[in-house]
Amino acid sequence: MESSRDNQPSPDSGLPAKPQIGGEATLAGMVESPAFEQPVRMPKVAAGTAFDALVHGSTLVFLALVLGLFVELLWSSRQSISTFGFSFLWTSEWNPVTSKFGALPFVYGTVVSSAIAILLAGFTGVMSGAFLAEFCPPRLSQVLGLLIELLAAVPSVVYGLWGLFVLAPLMRVYIEPFLQSWFGFLPIFSGAIYGVGMLTAGVILAIMIVPTVTAISRDAMAAVPQSQREAVWALGATRWQGFRMAVLPGARAGVFGACILALGRALGETIATTMVIGNRPAISASLFAPGYSISSVIANEFTEATTQVYLSALIELGLLLFVISVIVNGVARLLLWKVFTTTGAQ
Amino acid sequence: MFNWSFLRRAGGFLAVGILALTASLALAATQLTGAGSTFDYPFFSKAFYEYSQKHADLTVNYQSIGSGGGIQQFIAKTVDFGASDVPMNEEELKRAGGDVLQIPITLGGEAIGYNLPGVGKGLKMTRQLIAEIYLGKVTKWNDAKIARLNPGVKLPNMPITVVHRSDGSGTTYIFTDFLSHVSPEWKQKVGAGKSVQWPVGIGGKGNEGVAGQVRETPGAIGYIELAYVLENQMTYARVQNQAGKWLYPSIKTVAAAAATKPNVSATDFSIVDAAGADSYPISGYSWVMVYKKPTNPGRAKLVRNVLTWLVSDGQKVAESVDYVPLPQNVQHQALSIIGQMQA
Repeated sequence: MESSRDNQPSPDSGLPAKPQIGGEATLAGMVESPAFEQPVRMPKVAAGTAFDALVHGSTLVFLALVLGLFVELLWSSRQSISTFGFSFLWTSEWNPVTSKFGALPFVYGTVVSSAIAILLAGFTGVMSGAFLAEFCPPRLSQVLGLLIELLAAVPSVVYGLWGLFVLAPLMRVYIEPFLQSWFGFLPIFSGAIYGVGMLTAGVILAIMIVPTVTAISRDAMAAVPQSQREAVWALGATRWQGFRMAVLPGARAGVFGACILALGRALGETIATTMVIGNRPAISASLFAPGYSISSVIANEFTEATTQVYLSALIELGLLLFVISVIVNGVARLLLWKVFTTTGAQ
Repeated sequence: MFNWSFLRRAGGFLAVGILALTASLALAATQLTGAGSTFDYPFFSKAFYEYSQKHADLTVNYQSIGSGGGIQQFIAKTVDFGASDVPMNEEELKRAGGDVLQIPITLGGEAIGYNLPGVGKGLKMTRQLIAEIYLGKVTKWNDAKIARLNPGVKLPNMPITVVHRSDGSGTTYIFTDFLSHVSPEWKQKVGAGKSVQWPVGIGGKGNEGVAGQVRETPGAIGYIELAYVLENQMTYARVQNQAGKWLYPSIKTVAAAAATKPNVSATDFSIVDAAGADSYPISGYSWVMVYKKPTNPGRAKLVRNVLTWLVSDGQKVAESVDYVPLPQNVQHQALSIIGQMQA
């Protein structure tokens, strides 16, 4: 998941960042332009074939990697799979002493902390991206953009330590008591306050992924052709209306892609989560209560897992994380595709 | 003008230089590698540095990847020795395929640190009380059970936040072993292990994680390595031992606990809740593993020399980094185990 950082288009590349996800549409448009009524085929020469082989080969490497990863995870977790079967998915017990393992609290913790993160970071990130792309003087936008990209490059352990020593006390002393005093009737804001816990993990994850959301959605918005804005302005739209009617629809795919990329990072984030989530394999209604995530328990217990079935159970958790990531990405693509087929007919 | 012959000569010198450098590197130290326990790391890195000062032809590279990892590497024979906070169990010994010697190498004690506004160091706690707190039965600091032991101390009406290690560790093993010894209920409900199913509390990663959590949370309690506590100025409790004495963990009281069991071995190694007036009850050994018949006799000889030094003269280094040196009788025991190495 760490690699998600590398996927960000650099701000000064000048290339439109839009082809992140919705790229097919643009490409198709180019090919269909009148100059190429008959598709032109490149002559097959030796160099071309070599190039083809290289391109295909490189792509196959990725396919093999993903497949290999999946098979390896499956194979290494076979002992756990055969011991616990499907009950691994919905058992809450995690007891290394008696070798009883269940994944439910970890899956819950991973999903909930990431959901909190994307809820907080999605909105903030898209809005600040819009500010940088549309409403901010270009000079200032460049400086701010640089700062935001700097934030994306801060190592997670730094966020983790900051979370433990600064954010957690803040949450314990100010934010969580405040939430409890106003919204304490909601089960999610009830119960004892520790400072570390699910909510704090969600907040630290949000802080970590917001630069990703901001940077990519800014680039996506900046890539919307100026003519579209001008067309709407010419009809008498205000700046805000122009943004809503011309920029946001055009950049929707990129913005969505930014959120998915960020969510991917949140799902797999390990060290920062470990520092502030409380590391307790329990499911509680309250967001103030300590929880646990899949990647955290692997990081915590892998080095000292000495029995075979214990190790195998941890690897099966890794397999689950892999599957969750695939599902999240798949669902996101599906949603995106839906959005495009229903409204993108123009 | 540009002088080609100069360049050639310079190139020649460079080549000779590089050759000389590689030759000197090749002649230099043999490197032994060990891997395992993170607990041992500060002690080992200082001890092996001092050893290589005296033996210029040898360096020891110790990788603190965790006890579990150390055992894996040792079984895979990628290292000259492994180190673990808990000796290898039967399953692991079977996988090792060959006789394994397990040598007690250093000692650690664990302090019960806490964060109570207005209360200083030295709160009195019985073994039973610690168990009840970790079982979630005593949940307030002003509980009568704590107040009775500490007359005159103004205990706040504050919930107890229990902190434990989230990562698998020998520290947790020793602590849960201690709780299993003093509380039948703990033994039956939870048991001892490097990771356990904690009835209550939040997990911090590493000693620094637990200590950080305790320091940042008023009302928190946690178990932390003695060396870490001594270097970080924390408030910690006096614990009552079997003989009824209230003791701080210290190099002296941990060594006293160890000295009560001279015939320590890999199958009978627990020194928690030891008898004796000066024995601090939460302490334990750390171990080094070698093969009895190593594949490479030349390297094995060097390993034997290093370990022999480590359990005798090297123990002086331990004290300088707040580790507990092995008591005299255990040093002898360790030396006789090392003596069985066939090198």
